[in-house]
Amino acid sequence: MAQVTQLIHDYLRHNKKFPHVYCAGCGHGIVLGSLIRSVHGLGYAKDDIVLVAGIGCSGRMAVYVDFNTVHTTHGRALTFATGIKMANPNLKVIVVMGDGDAMSIGGNHLIHAARRNIGLTTLVLNNNIYGMTGGQYSPTSPVGTVSATSPFGQLERSFDIVDMAMASGASYVARGTVLHATMLDGLISDALEKPGFNLVEILTPCHTQYGRKNKFKTVVDMYQWYKKNTVKLDRYRQLTPEEQGKFTPIGVFRDEMRPGLETRYAELRNKLQEQRHA
Amino acid sequence: MSKKKGLAKVTIYPDWCKGCGICAAFCPAGVFELRADGKSHVVREEECVNCGFCELHCPDFAVSVTPKEISRRKTDACVDLRVEAADPSAGTDPGPEENVGTPNREEDHGHKKA
Repeated sequence: MAQVTQLIHDYLRHNKKFPHVYCAGCGHGIVLGSLIRSVHGLGYAKDDIVLVAGIGCSGRMAVYVDFNTVHTTHGRALTFATGIKMANPNLKVIVVMGDGDAMSIGGNHLIHAARRNIGLTTLVLNNNIYGMTGGQYSPTSPVGTVSATSPFGQLERSFDIVDMAMASGASYVARGTVLHATMLDGLISDALEKPGFNLVEILTPCHTQYGRKNKFKTVVDMYQWYKKNTVKLDRYRQLTPEEQGKFTPIGVFRDEMRPGLETRYAELRNKLQEQRHA
Repeated sequence: MSKKKGLAKVTIYPDWCKGCGICAAFCPAGVFELRADGKSHVVREEECVNCGFCELHCPDFAVSVTPKEISRRKTDACVDLRVEAADPSAGTDPGPEENVGTPNREEDHGHKKA
């Protein structure tokens, strides 16, 4: 084991207050570590990375990490990121959003960013709840979730982020959990290297707002739940439909090499310039 | 660093530890223990098998696993064992993953001192 923690310290902003704002056992810290390890492993310079974050707990990630960072308005992280990528396609733009941020107020932006297949790496940190705003149920809260706004269990069917991204046209779609950190490193590294719109849904526990109200005694119980209830995609596909209902598949759901919008735009611009000078 | 018992030093930064208990719950060797002060403590460091789970999964970057500073005699023995077990490439730089200490003989380490 190399000195992983030391490496992470090299990428943090030490003029910020540590330990970070996340609750004890929150998976967001694990995602932050995984992101840093992936960026370091691929050898990107800090100045070549732009981290665009939305609002909420996941949005705090932009505060702590020593890249170019933008902490944007609620649900609009992808719109800021689209502008940054189109202005300077050489930058590696990473968008970090929560489930409420990405699928509720920012749902339409996610659909169209995926449709355009613009070269952004999007991490959706799915904790099934609005954490920082007080524990309201989110579009990804499972049916029956007890929350601040659904004390008797919520009645709406939840979004599947992976299905939504694939239906919208994203070229790389994956799902991981914070318990499977080594796999998560691989998924994020993979996504960073792919052209086009890449989305990685990351299941991360929120014990403070979700777990305590939904029969999880401790945050460790939530991690144990991930261990018992997630299966790799290959194995999931071998299960019967009844068995599939009990598990959440993790892995790479789509992996296509399609050029991003910024590449197609550059090609069109060059072509028109050539015609003009011909 | 190889995945053997007794070769790793496990450190917890108490100022950053929030006592979530992930390290204590999932450590396969039972190295950690949550105590009344609400922090995780290293109680059985010698049992650590250097799997790296705690370091990768600590949300607060409070756990660090580093190669143990062991006696020079023991270090030499480790290097000698490794060289004996190696194939024709014996004597080449084993790389940072396999460095168990600070070998004091350049022929063991496979490259000359700068």
